Amino acid sequence: MSHTSTLHDAPHHHANPTGWRRWLFSTNHKDIGTLYLLFALAMLFMGGASAMLIRAELFQPGIQLLDPDLYNNLVTNHALLMIFGAVMPAAAGLANWMIPLMIGAPDMALPRMNNLSFWILPAAGTMLILSFVVPFFPGGGSQINTGWTLYPPLSVQVGMSMDFLIFAIHLLGISSVLASINIIVTLLNMRAPGMTLMKMPIFCWTWLVTAFLLILVVPVLAGGVTMLLFDRHFGTSFFDAAGGGDPVLFQHLFWFFGHPEVYVLLLPSIGVLSHVIPTFARKPLFGYKSMVGAMIAVGTIGMVVWAHHQYTIGMSLGAVSYFMIGTIIISIPVGLMIFNFIATMWRGAMTFETPMLFAVAIILMFTFGGLSGVMLAVVPADMQYHDSMFVVAHFHYVLMPGAVFGLFAGVFYWLPKWTGHMYDERLGKLFFWINVTGFNLTFFPQHFLGLAGMPRRIIDYNVMFTEFNVISSIGAMIFGFSHLLLLYIVIKTIRGGEPATSRVWEGARGLEWEVASPPPFHTWETPPLIRQEQSA
Amino acid sequence: MCRRFTTVGGLIPPIAGLVAGLSVFHSTQAEYGINFPPPAADVAQEIYDIHMLTMQIATFLLLVVFSIVIYSLYFHRKSRGYPADQHFHNTWFGNWSWVIVPALVLGVDLTIASNADAVLKKVWDVPKDEKLMDVKVTGHQWWWEFDYLDYGIKVESRYTPREQAGDLYLREVDNRLVLPTNTKIRFLHTSADVLHAFWVPELAFKKDAIPGYVTETWSELNREGVFRGQCAELCGTWHSRMPLVVESVSPEKFQTWVAEQQEIKVAAAAEAAATKTWSREELMAKGKALYETKCAACHQLAGQGLPPAFPPLNGSAIVNGPIEAHFNMVINGKPGTAMQAWGALNDLEIAAIITYERNAWDNRTGDTVQPTDVALAR
Repeated sequence: MSHTSTLHDAPHHHANPTGWRRWLFSTNHKDIGTLYLLFALAMLFMGGASAMLIRAELFQPGIQLLDPDLYNNLVTNHALLMIFGAVMPAAAGLANWMIPLMIGAPDMALPRMNNLSFWILPAAGTMLILSFVVPFFPGGGSQINTGWTLYPPLSVQVGMSMDFLIFAIHLLGISSVLASINIIVTLLNMRAPGMTLMKMPIFCWTWLVTAFLLILVVPVLAGGVTMLLFDRHFGTSFFDAAGGGDPVLFQHLFWFFGHPEVYVLLLPSIGVLSHVIPTFARKPLFGYKSMVGAMIAVGTIGMVVWAHHQYTIGMSLGAVSYFMIGTIIISIPVGLMIFNFIATMWRGAMTFETPMLFAVAIILMFTFGGLSGVMLAVVPADMQYHDSMFVVAHFHYVLMPGAVFGLFAGVFYWLPKWTGHMYDERLGKLFFWINVTGFNLTFFPQHFLGLAGMPRRIIDYNVMFTEFNVISSIGAMIFGFSHLLLLYIVIKTIRGGEPATSRVWEGARGLEWEVASPPPFHTWETPPLIRQEQSA
Repeated sequence: MCRRFTTVGGLIPPIAGLVAGLSVFHSTQAEYGINFPPPAADVAQEIYDIHMLTMQIATFLLLVVFSIVIYSLYFHRKSRGYPADQHFHNTWFGNWSWVIVPALVLGVDLTIASNADAVLKKVWDVPKDEKLMDVKVTGHQWWWEFDYLDYGIKVESRYTPREQAGDLYLREVDNRLVLPTNTKIRFLHTSADVLHAFWVPELAFKKDAIPGYVTETWSELNREGVFRGQCAELCGTWHSRMPLVVESVSPEKFQTWVAEQQEIKVAAAAEAAATKTWSREELMAKGKALYETKCAACHQLAGQGLPPAFPPLNGSAIVNGPIEAHFNMVINGKPGTAMQAWGALNDLEIAAIITYERNAWDNRTGDTVQPTDVALAR
């Protein structure tokens, strides 16, 4: 087929399908990027709705809205929707849109696989949502009350919805691995002549490291949940102590994936910041090489410190000492990244458009989350913090600024490029302020709750925890509803607005700003010439 | 000026709020419920101190970062006419910062890690070659079992319902974990079903209860008092209803308590061993009390259960069917579900529970099960 199609004359070859065929059969990186981003936006709202239900229940002590299993089902679903449904596809959407534009490639290296890696997602998303709703049907079994960590033996007790979830994880994993292969091949083979690896834009570097991490760790999770499936239905006892298995083995498999996953979520956003901050500081990124070195170090060390999520399982003194020191050491490359961002702002000529506001907020709040991470890494102190609300506060301070706000910054930064329209700057800033205020109001009080003794994942709590939970829930409503404004801004920008120039931002550098806004359907069919100043 | 306020100036209030919040965070005491409660053991004090040390280091670093960023936000901007320094990254500082910054961070890391390591060594391993009092802590869905191995006493601890507990709801239990002060105690953690975690902040450690594992922690209480905590590892539906209450008493009071418990145990054993034939009314009364403590969390007071996880007993095929299946379910449990084996109960207790279940609510089997029947069924 492909052989004959190449023999067709050029105009026929370029006749692009329209209507639903354009999207379903798409092999165009821009269309697939758009699909990824829209999917992620839909999942963001579903994950957000589940989070708001959780916070609504925790607004007051007592059980008002939900029953305990539904509450834990929402806790599980919130995490999985946000991680696998919202953040990873959104980052993949940015990669699809921007990587070929940034490296001067006509498209992704493997366009048909690109189509497949996206279109697996709606199927996986459906399975994920089914795992949530199946228990509400007659004979649907019990709800998933395990949290996203799916620890056995509890996950063996759950009804058939756990099987839907296991298959959803398999599909999501296949999608991620395919997308990662595509990104690696594109970055290694499709760069414009003259763009060496060390001239490649940082966003591409972050995705190169991310893609390798995904290929290394996702199969481990897939193996772990497959063993769980076998324990549930086929009489094996990998995780059942009564049959000679080990419940802790699952935790190791899970976190061998789970900890690098944190960097999978973080790194693409670090890549976005590496473009946003130089653009609005109007000077080049400080420490390009140390940035590349730091992210490779983060990826490498991040692979071998997983058991700091399991300090309380009773490991030996030697093992916990190793995992503690390894984890604390990660602060070195992460600290270097933060330092480079601050040094890029330093002595710049800054302006504060919405992407830059998010970037500044990320630096401050991510530093805060990183420092509470160092506290958690300290084993004796973690014997207190572990599984308390302090941990919930910590990882939301890391993942919200580190991943989600970075993606918001990227969306506002590149939205004029994608749509050809400037977004409404006034509304963008309004969204930023409501969003960031709501976020801090939600999660800052949770530190205190954790230290005072409130465990995580409980539906009901003692009256002594009331005040901070009230503040947190009010913050969560502000935070949650603020995303409707984001939706409005995005729709408004797609539908119209002030036309964007090809450069869009005064300080923008890089190949993606040399194509028109919006870019034509096919770009860089002839590779561009790389001049020195275009790099990074 | 106006524009400045809407952009950077607007950043100041939330930042100031964060900083103020953080300074409150480490200067106030436990009565505000925003930091750990005062430790009740020396190891807990060590942990508290390392927590405060790392928090102070973190707060200091945060202030440094915030100050630099705020300075830069104020001075280095286009609206003030600051010209971007295009060569800053090529100065000596730009060329060597990749060495300087990691060296500084490493210094901080080593300070934290060396302090933490010293504490860890004291806390982690149970002291060897010493006489310790052993308490086995077993997590169940959703109650705690404490075995005083040196005294042959077993305590079952369940949450107190809201009507009786009042403001202590979810922090109060029926039977507390009574422990002596100034005695080195070894806790042996395990679980009968899923993962649980023992967490009482004043004792300062948390350890997972894992089926098939026995994990150890130790402590030596240095003051009397009542210390409250909760299960900290998600263990299913009623994870929120697994409070832990430690009552720390003097060794003399503890010995008195031990003697009382042993008397109760002997009396219960004597009652169960008695060869009398129990009347339906006696068994129903005993069975109702036992059912309401041990079974009602899942199967509910009126036997309606919480389907699909917890099946109803009212009208159940097993409860109304052949008695052998009912014995088997209660004594051996149902693997792979939350229904645990209750074989550790004595014959009288099982007889009472089964009699009650078969004659309560709408169940009308008319069976009266004697302890001897249970002994035969085991």
